[in-house]
Amino acid sequence: MTSCDAIVIGGGHNGLTAAALLAASGRKTILLEASAHLGGAARTEEIAPGFRASGPAHLVNRLDPSVIRALKLDTACLSGKALPTAILDLAWGPALVRGAYGEVVEGVTPEEARAFAALREKLFFQASLLKRFLARTPPRLGKTSLGDMKDFALAGLSLISQGREEARDMLRMLLMNVADIADEYLSDDRLKALLAFDATLGIHLGPRSPTSLLGLYYRLTGETNGLPGAQYLPRGGIGSLARAFEDAARRAGAGLRTEAPVTRILSRQGRAEGVELAGGERISAPLIVAAIHPKAAFLSLAAPGEMDAGFRKQIRNIRSRGNVAKLDLALREMPRFTGVKPEDHEARIVIARNIRHVEEAFNPAKYGAYSPDPVMEITLPSLSDPSLAPQGAATLSALVQYAPYELKEGWETGKPAFLKIILDCLDRHAPGLSSTVIAARLLTPPDIEAEYRMPGGHWHHGELQVDQLLINRPVDRASSYATPMEGLYLASAGAHPGGGLSGLPGLLAARHILSGGR
Amino acid sequence: MALDRLSARKALQNHIDHPLLETPFHPRIEALSRSQEWYVWAGYRAPLSLTDEEMEYTALRNSCGVFDISPMKKYRISGPDAEAFLDYVMVRNVAKLGIDRVHYTCWCNDFGHVIDDGTLFRFGPESFRLCCQERQYEWLSDAADGFRVNIEEETRAVAGLALQGPTSCRVLLNAGFSGVEALRPFQLARFPHEGGEIVISRTGFTGDLGYEVWVSHDAALSIWDRLFSAGALHGIQAVGYGALNRCRIEAAFIVPNQDFMTADHVLRPDRARFPDEIGLDWLVDPAKPYFNGRRAILEAREGKGLRHVLVGLEVEGNVPADGAIVYHRGKHEAGIVTAGIWSPMAKRNIAIASLDRPYGSDITKDFFVEIYALREGRYHKLMKRATIVSRPFVKLERRTKTPPDDF
Ligand SMILES: Cc1cc2nc3c(=O)[nH]c(=O)nc-3n(C[C@H](O)[C@H](O)[C@H](O)COP(=O)(O)OP(=O)(O)OC[C@H]3O[C@@H](n4cnc5c(N)ncnc54)[C@H](O)[C@@H]3O)c2cc1C
Repeated sequence: MTSCDAIVIGGGHNGLTAAALLAASGRKTILLEASAHLGGAARTEEIAPGFRASGPAHLVNRLDPSVIRALKLDTACLSGKALPTAILDLAWGPALVRGAYGEVVEGVTPEEARAFAALREKLFFQASLLKRFLARTPPRLGKTSLGDMKDFALAGLSLISQGREEARDMLRMLLMNVADIADEYLSDDRLKALLAFDATLGIHLGPRSPTSLLGLYYRLTGETNGLPGAQYLPRGGIGSLARAFEDAARRAGAGLRTEAPVTRILSRQGRAEGVELAGGERISAPLIVAAIHPKAAFLSLAAPGEMDAGFRKQIRNIRSRGNVAKLDLALREMPRFTGVKPEDHEARIVIARNIRHVEEAFNPAKYGAYSPDPVMEITLPSLSDPSLAPQGAATLSALVQYAPYELKEGWETGKPAFLKIILDCLDRHAPGLSSTVIAARLLTPPDIEAEYRMPGGHWHHGELQVDQLLINRPVDRASSYATPMEGLYLASAGAHPGGGLSGLPGLLAARHILSGGR
Repeated sequence: MALDRLSARKALQNHIDHPLLETPFHPRIEALSRSQEWYVWAGYRAPLSLTDEEMEYTALRNSCGVFDISPMKKYRISGPDAEAFLDYVMVRNVAKLGIDRVHYTCWCNDFGHVIDDGTLFRFGPESFRLCCQERQYEWLSDAADGFRVNIEEETRAVAGLALQGPTSCRVLLNAGFSGVEALRPFQLARFPHEGGEIVISRTGFTGDLGYEVWVSHDAALSIWDRLFSAGALHGIQAVGYGALNRCRIEAAFIVPNQDFMTADHVLRPDRARFPDEIGLDWLVDPAKPYFNGRRAILEAREGKGLRHVLVGLEVEGNVPADGAIVYHRGKHEAGIVTAGIWSPMAKRNIAIASLDRPYGSDITKDFFVEIYALREGRYHKLMKRATIVSRPFVKLERRTKTPPDDF
């Protein structure tokens, strides 16, 4: 049996981050990835001859600076411009939100622009306080450390320094729904719709669901190239970013193996000892880092008799059913969205008319049906990176809500019907678009589950809602990367602080392990 | 139409006429009951005594007492992973439990706190029955996720009678169950009865020679009649819980939610108990594969996690100390007596107590119990010296002797 010091299961960006740091600490580290590609949900794939697409993640908006530093990550693929967001409206034309989540807003009245600026400032301030808690291992109840106390104190101080009113307002807003806040500050339906869309993308909530504002805070805690809330399309597709993580792990000396699906975590008396691969090969190590969905780690790979039953029940109860479908189109020509200036086609294009539109798109998802009138964000990656499509042709990448994991009618018939709905919607905003389609790839949550091995096909490897956050992410007894199985650690989006291409779960898990659990 | 529905519904609501469940033996017990002293046992109407507690105790220790144990919860656990599953649920090593054998065991939640105790019967390589006090279906089902096992609730389907006392073997032999004399303690065997099959195990809750007879629900009355006519000349007597309780205290057997609180019942975090805190440390097998609560139990053992200890006390005088507070040197509260009687067999005033460490572990002397004796409308507060003694308080050779002495 081969042996090493550390095994990382899963070659997503978090697994690569953890592997890089463990290898850099001098541990002989082997990373095992089931598929033929590294990068997890961040891959560039050919969808038709000459057309390459990002899947399923397509935008970078929260790559953490501490991860870039720790890995000396090559971020050359992000050297382009921060994308604006264009929220379409057939009657009024688009509103444009530019820079770091709307440093400049165009297409709205001056009063509305001022109102947005005021709300933006408030949300960024509040997000900056929350960010402190995303950048470290969550505190443990009853074992609060000095560092935790420091962070609580600093957060409290900066809150109070803004005056009593701000402190009170933050406590008021923290668990509110995004719709009420948007209604309170704004009057333009397009801006309200943007907040509603961004707060709920990838989460099983509608804008009027309690606590939906948390999703927006989470987005605003992200930054790229020093711009909070900004978003980038990596050159060469999202796979270029994955490649940067891969290179960092290689440089650090980690052994990276693809097509090596782990089928079992080997353990004895509740202590992890190694893994078994699909072919029966075994590798032993005293340290196993599962950079995969927590349900996969604990329910599929670990033997049921090796962990406590109450804990396994908690894991079974993690809510993790995806809602987002990914559409990639290979197009004969670059589409034209009505009312959008040619140069603004590089934007992230959001189709959401108003809060009600987002809410009504959510309603059917509660009952196992897709939205008949979905909301979506669209990018045209080949516009800024012509290498992604043959000359003159184009690619379109869209994330579409809501597409419930468990569709009552079944996705076999549901998928073509949903695709037609999305194409009809695109045709309304970019007339004739569907007639230029050369190839279409629609990934539903079950497709994403199967293709990328993400149980539930969920953006965050588990709902990012208040009961599954911080000290309860993924569940209380596994919230500080260590798990009830000795020697087994979690490091994926399912761990604190959550999903998106940040690298933080991988970084924090590795740091926790390297510090000996302090 | 509406009226029809109403009367149909009313007909289904006759549980109101019988608020308590009755075991399949109830018609016989009811007929024998002169004292009409009943208590509620897990939703069943069960006898506290039928005639006189003293006489029933005397039957248990001198001839053959019969106690209806049908309200015990029973679960049939079977399937290819049954052994591995039970080995994972239980603190005791189930791989070591032979076929046609029974052992006493307990199981814990994730935090190492005892959920319940019970007896585990092994009928075959893949077939077991768990017999216990509290409902466990949900816990067992939750724990079974990932195991190829089938868990079947058979509390109602299977009725049970305990025959305890020196003539119990003779009674069974008279009833025609020859071969029963060869059963060793914790062994079981199958016997024919009325075209069906019954199970007799040499088990019990009295620390004495005794057997438990397990029959299907519909064979209950016929087995009762068969035993009672066979035992008439050997002092067979139906007994209630009062007499049984005395015997079990003499044997120092503990009762869940009496001598300790089960983990699912406690509200206060410091009330649940590790096996070690209720005298069950000997069941825990750290050498076997992982089992539920293992990590927590071993951590408690290594650190300072064990806070209580169960002890046997001998109390001066003859007033039962049940429920009394235990003091060290008459000043510092050290724990509580969870069960206490004057033992006719031991001729001693005995008690089971739960002490807070270091009392009972490091400090083992100078204890007193504070008994409030109610005498004709007035409490007499007695401070009685109590000494930690070894358990069981009554140890009987006939409990294990095989074949048993004949009568
Ligand atoms: C539809 C959709 C769109 C998204 N869009 C964006 C976006 O635009 N921007 C953004 O920042 N985030 C986006 N996300 C979120 C982001 O993709 C995830 O949060 C992120 O990929 C999580 O990274 P990870 O490394 O933790 O896990 P993953 O990326 O899921 O990687 C896990 C890896 O483990 C491997 N694996 C699983 N099981 C085994 C096994 N048994 N043995 C070996 N290997 C195994 C998998 O093959 C996979 O490669 C999106 C998510 C979805 C579902």
